[in-house]
Amino acid sequence: MTTANTTMQQTVTMAERKSRRKMLERIWLVVLQVLMTIFLISFLVPALWMISSSLKASTEVFAHPIVWIPATPQWQNYARVFEVLPFATFAWNSFLVVLFAVAGTIFSCILVGYSFARLRWPGRDLFFGVLIATLMLPEVIVLVPRFIIFRNLGWIDTLLPLTVPFWFATTPWTPLYVFLMRQFFKGIPMELEEAALIDGASRIRTLIQIILPLSKPVIATVTVFAMLQHYTDFMNPLIYVSSLEHWTLALGIAGLNADESFKASWELVFAAGTFMTIPVIILFIFAQRYFVQGITMTGFGGR
Amino acid sequence: MVTETPKRRFRVPSRLVLQEWLEGYLFASPFIIGFLAFVAYPMIYSIWLSFQRWNLLGDPQFIGFANIIKMFTAERANLSLYNSAYYTVFAVPLQLILAFVLALALTQKIKFRDVYRSGFYLPIIVPLVAWSVVWQRVLHPEFGILNNALSWVGIPPQPWLFDPQLAKPAFVFMSLWMIGRMMVIFIAGLGNIPPTLMEAASLDGASAWKRLWHVTIPLMSPLIFFNAVMGIINSFQSFIPAKIMTDGGPENSTLFAVLNIYNEGFKFFNMGYAAALAWEFFIIVMLFTVVQFYMSKRWVYYED
Repeated sequence: MTTANTTMQQTVTMAERKSRRKMLERIWLVVLQVLMTIFLISFLVPALWMISSSLKASTEVFAHPIVWIPATPQWQNYARVFEVLPFATFAWNSFLVVLFAVAGTIFSCILVGYSFARLRWPGRDLFFGVLIATLMLPEVIVLVPRFIIFRNLGWIDTLLPLTVPFWFATTPWTPLYVFLMRQFFKGIPMELEEAALIDGASRIRTLIQIILPLSKPVIATVTVFAMLQHYTDFMNPLIYVSSLEHWTLALGIAGLNADESFKASWELVFAAGTFMTIPVIILFIFAQRYFVQGITMTGFGGR
Repeated sequence: MVTETPKRRFRVPSRLVLQEWLEGYLFASPFIIGFLAFVAYPMIYSIWLSFQRWNLLGDPQFIGFANIIKMFTAERANLSLYNSAYYTVFAVPLQLILAFVLALALTQKIKFRDVYRSGFYLPIIVPLVAWSVVWQRVLHPEFGILNNALSWVGIPPQPWLFDPQLAKPAFVFMSLWMIGRMMVIFIAGLGNIPPTLMEAASLDGASAWKRLWHVTIPLMSPLIFFNAVMGIINSFQSFIPAKIMTDGGPENSTLFAVLNIYNEGFKFFNMGYAAALAWEFFIIVMLFTVVQFYMSKRWVYYED
């Protein structure tokens, strides 16, 4: 009798405890949701402020309290950015740099990655070790000597130092892309190629016709990372390019920001910043999968 | 054709093997050439350069150890290393904690996890130059949004980038927006923890807090280590924000190591001295990384 009673009491308290725990869990999840939303807002506020301020009149930029939504969007701020500095030229130069540097990156990474993954040649392991060693090589160690090399070649104030090295799978970052390609190629079953090779297909043909169609994900990831790398690069353009006609967007924004005559024109700086950011956001929206994939595959990417 | 005899040390490679060698070299040649021309040669050349005085005009002049002595004694060089170390020591642990906490939160059963993840990731894809010009204004004492937000909780406006005491903390604060990469890695790692392990710990009566400390964090320690190494290397190399926002000021308080090397090389054209500084910087970063790997044996848990 007494034992039955206590067990009943126990089951009641157990059930009570269970529902109380469920309750607490639900409250905790709501709290978490609210906290995350606060974090999310603070993470996005600088970018949102940039976009909103790019459309403000200069009186609104410096208004107290802060104006969040401009009374009438000043779209002409964007037009003015293109007038005060040749931003169309900068955009074109950025486009050229990205196009040729990324093309070179893809070209060299596929070839080198394939060689490391599939072909056996004396010294391969040594050079693969070299590749791994240069993955994390700080860019600054080659800054001064590379400048002098390119100066001797007469490449200063051209876009060549920003593009040509990447046809040679060189630092920064490109060795990482080679590594990625190699890992991916190694995962493709050998038999697929062997059949073609026995039928007399050349290496380059099997690479193009068999390996590459299967490697779209890794090529997409490398393309996205390389595009971002070269589009946002600042250090190299800063060192190699001086005349305005060769500036990239990154230099243009820095130049506009440093120019004393636009010190009171924050809206122009914000408009230029927004203008440079929009293509990246679009890329991110369409290729988010590859960003995440690339990061989880390598641990690298972004900053 | 070629008979295998165990005594012969060298086998004449068959035509097929030779062809594979040739193709191997050919396919890898971009990297081999690129490494020799754009990495190995520049690095060796920069050792030679470290012993020269050269402002790009005229010929380099051998000056023995003058650059190296200057590198160790010059106040600005040492200050720049101190600034970078300060920034790294404060920024990286805070970034790790924030990234880990956000990753933990985003693996709970809350709604819109993808939206949060994308949002937290977004700041690191905004071009750093654009991000820096925006933050220069976010931190503006009078018209910036940071002081505005602080005023809601009663904190008086601070001069941030205009005060040598506050400039570095402001850079550290700004770095907290750059945790997207770390967070994505942590989220992936947390997803790989077997749920059965958590359930087992729960059944053993471990509280959520204990599960975090004794199950989650040990299992995540390789990723924490990886993010720490990468974070330190990245923070040490930080250049763009300081170049854009403060150009090293006020009173050299944000003159970070790479900015100092850049200034010496491309502002003052002390090519030899800049090369020496770059080597010093490189050795410090390598040492830091090696020490970390050594220390990691004590706290990083590897399953095997």
